[in-house]
Amino acid sequence: MEWETVIGLEIHAQLATNTKIFSGASTAFGAEANTQACAVDLALPGTLPVFNESALRMAVMFGTAIDAEIGKVSVFDRKNYFYPDLPKGYQTSQLFYPIVGEGHIDIELEDGSTKRVGVTRAHLEEDAGKSLHEEFASQTGIDLNRAGTPLLEIVSEPDMRSAEEAVAYVKKIHALVTNLGICDGNMAEGSFRCDCNVSVRYKGEELGNRTETKNINSFRFIEKAIKGEVERQIDILEDGGRITQETRLYDADKDETRSMRSKEEANDYRYFPCPDLLPIVIDDEYIDAIRKALPELPDVRRTRFVDTYQLSAYDAGVLSAYKPLSDFFETVATISTDAKLSVNWVMGELSKHLNQHDTDIKNSPVSAQQLGGLLQRIKDNTISGNIAKKVFEAMWNEGGSADEIIEAKGLKQVTDTGAIEKIVDEVIANNQKQVDQYTAAEPDKRGKMIGFFMGQVMKASGGKANPGQVQGMMKQKLDALC
Amino acid sequence: MLNKTLAELAKGLDQGEFSSVELTQAYLERIKREDSKYNSFITVTEELALIQATAADETRSAGKATFMTGLPIAHKDIFCTQGVRTSAGSKMLDNFVSPYDATVIRQFNAAGAVTLGKTNMDEFAMGSSNESSFYGPSRNPWNTDHVPGGSSGGSAAAIAAGLAPAATGTDTGGSIRQPAAFCNLTGLKPTYGRVSRYGMIAYASSLDQGGPMAQTAEDTAMMMNVMAGLDPLDSTSADRQVPDYTANLDKPLAGLKIGLPKEFFAASLNPEMATLIHAAVKEYEALGAAVKEVSLPNTALSVPAYYIIAPAEASSNLSRFDGVRYGYRCEDPKDLEDMYKRTRGEGFGTEVKRRIMVGTYALSEGFYDAYYKKAQQIRRLIQEDFVRVLSEVDVIMGPTTPTPAFKLGEKTSDPVEMYMEDIFTLSLNLAGLPGMSIPCGMNNGLPVGLQIIGNYFAEEKLLNVAHKFQQATDWHTQKPAGL
Repeated sequence: MEWETVIGLEIHAQLATNTKIFSGASTAFGAEANTQACAVDLALPGTLPVFNESALRMAVMFGTAIDAEIGKVSVFDRKNYFYPDLPKGYQTSQLFYPIVGEGHIDIELEDGSTKRVGVTRAHLEEDAGKSLHEEFASQTGIDLNRAGTPLLEIVSEPDMRSAEEAVAYVKKIHALVTNLGICDGNMAEGSFRCDCNVSVRYKGEELGNRTETKNINSFRFIEKAIKGEVERQIDILEDGGRITQETRLYDADKDETRSMRSKEEANDYRYFPCPDLLPIVIDDEYIDAIRKALPELPDVRRTRFVDTYQLSAYDAGVLSAYKPLSDFFETVATISTDAKLSVNWVMGELSKHLNQHDTDIKNSPVSAQQLGGLLQRIKDNTISGNIAKKVFEAMWNEGGSADEIIEAKGLKQVTDTGAIEKIVDEVIANNQKQVDQYTAAEPDKRGKMIGFFMGQVMKASGGKANPGQVQGMMKQKLDALC
Repeated sequence: MLNKTLAELAKGLDQGEFSSVELTQAYLERIKREDSKYNSFITVTEELALIQATAADETRSAGKATFMTGLPIAHKDIFCTQGVRTSAGSKMLDNFVSPYDATVIRQFNAAGAVTLGKTNMDEFAMGSSNESSFYGPSRNPWNTDHVPGGSSGGSAAAIAAGLAPAATGTDTGGSIRQPAAFCNLTGLKPTYGRVSRYGMIAYASSLDQGGPMAQTAEDTAMMMNVMAGLDPLDSTSADRQVPDYTANLDKPLAGLKIGLPKEFFAASLNPEMATLIHAAVKEYEALGAAVKEVSLPNTALSVPAYYIIAPAEASSNLSRFDGVRYGYRCEDPKDLEDMYKRTRGEGFGTEVKRRIMVGTYALSEGFYDAYYKKAQQIRRLIQEDFVRVLSEVDVIMGPTTPTPAFKLGEKTSDPVEMYMEDIFTLSLNLAGLPGMSIPCGMNNGLPVGLQIIGNYFAEEKLLNVAHKFQQATDWHTQKPAGL
């Protein structure tokens, strides 16, 4: 019998509103503790929530983007439990009537096929604050800056059958919310995090008991946590044990999940409609206006990139997944008028530098305009591809346009035939052994051998000789010796 | 200058008979001298009052005074008041100094009113006698062996004892109307949403409503002109124009249709009180009103429905009192759970804990449908009863309470008996309708209140109906012996 994994995911996407979901306090990340918590966020006696309409608009954007039913009447409920960083003693959420109903999203699998994953619902809720256990000896610090930050909780159907599928789904949702501009997608700062519900069963049998692993904040950890959890469950079942329905935590340092609380210890949240907030009532006009104003969605953009720029499916997929990256690419491609060259540079040199410096494309020291200008100089033979890398390096470190750097560093390509011919002649004269090998070789082998002479010329010219010119001239002169 | 209505005091200030500072000082002195008998104030804000009175006098000499400028009033200690302890009658908030003003406080401050202090109340407004206050019970100035009613008992006692000409109150199940009835005052519970709840410490959010308590309908109308209106900070406040509540007080009542619900005159009503209510209705007939019997068949269900919904909301509303950020925290907590348990165990009184437990139970998994959902269905039936009757009559009249003020300790041993005190008032809160209590007679030396119920946002009509009665009778002018 074959084991089958069943995965359902709950994604918490922090909505990119300027202020909190029920108060006027700022949602900016990283401020000094408790400086962005107003009377409402602190749950002072007598305070009341007022719903932030931009959170509604963003939730509806998401709903229309996944073809979901939009709740014309949605209601906030209170989820009651005690925790020090939950100031009111309840979280305002939506249980019975969520803003977004059933929808779906298509993911691409490694074999190139597509799979449809159901989205059960997505609802609005407020985030809690943070408990800081490390900084105070035998006490816990509470930072309520995050309390009241709007979240969209996106709940999937248990449709995924492997960690890879789960990651593909999470990446797809990530691409969607960042493209819609409703979430900054910053996983390290907790703006986008995931709870994984995992169970295993023999194929065709009923669902097994599931565990929920909470608050995983990287694609890699999601994959590792699910794989580890699947292994753990199969080991238990194969030893004749039972899976306890429980909440687990993923420890990235040890790469393992561990139990947080069992079902028996679980809270009875005593949900009931929040009497301080009116039901949200919206009409078709409101929904249609949002649908019409939706930006280009990642799937549409990917297809367009393949059709318009003849990009590979892979390149188009990577670029379209992240709007700042695809915007960057399109600007470079427009300036350089060469999509292929642009994608190579954006996915190659630029991405390499971004990774090495752990920088997001939004903070790239080289702008799309700068890179586009650099590629123009490759296109018009002002510099070679290798010199362009030097110019890029200088751009990254010191700034400036391609032209300024080329000028300042004297990197302009040599196209003067006389100058190139002089170097070519010198190289032929100084490398008699290789010349003899060349002339002795079969004509169809000579093509590969010319690389050596090219390298020598480029070295001697400091990389500035026009490679096309060098190649032609070198071949002509060597062939003349045969 | 004491023992006057707001309208009379406003006139005195206007004509320069006395200044706001003199008036305020006179009240503060009387509070100091007399309040030990009534325990009607939790906090007297002498310093704040004199600052406000001085400012009011300056406003008046600059010719910028409006009708409320310089008038001293008291606020129920449920309204958060910046820089002043706001306790809600609880040990839990005994050390809580509010960093902000409730909207109602802000409105009165902006209108130039003077805050004499914060009045006693049942803990978190849970009670009908003021006996659940952490600060001890307030006493009825008509007979200090008796309760002033609750939960706005301190406000009622203060006005009846002449320690304040008027005060704010809140009404979740009768907490303005019942103490007004017990203390011979005029009290108005407005339509749900008419007065902002922002800064009013929540008991049961879907039922709570702030309102005025005063000596006359006219004063009540003056206060409504300050309190009513849309508040962007309260999502449940009504976006509806606010009339000048004093404009139509004198409108003749000829043709007024009054409904008397037979369920309000059932066996639980004290027969001598029934006689007084009928006499008051006769008075209205003399003023040109037509009377008919109506039925509110679900009245009896209002007590059980209320005692599910209110505690359910309270159990959630009071979760924020956890010892973490403000208010009481137990000494030397061993761990988090110990802190929660002892903070809440020691900080809340018996009645509050009882309602938290009832509410927690009613919302529990497996019980929600049987209790909370069912109670909400009953609530809708009760509302439908009223809507039907109010399509046939202009106002509904009946007793505010089944008996006059009872004695301290008389009902504390049996909570259900105490809950039955509110049988005639609860249903309005469930329906969200406005209601008033006005003085209509004496029973063994204790005041009796006539309740007048109107349609949604019909406060202007209610005040008119109440005012005309007060023009024709003098029950409301009677004062306890010695005043």
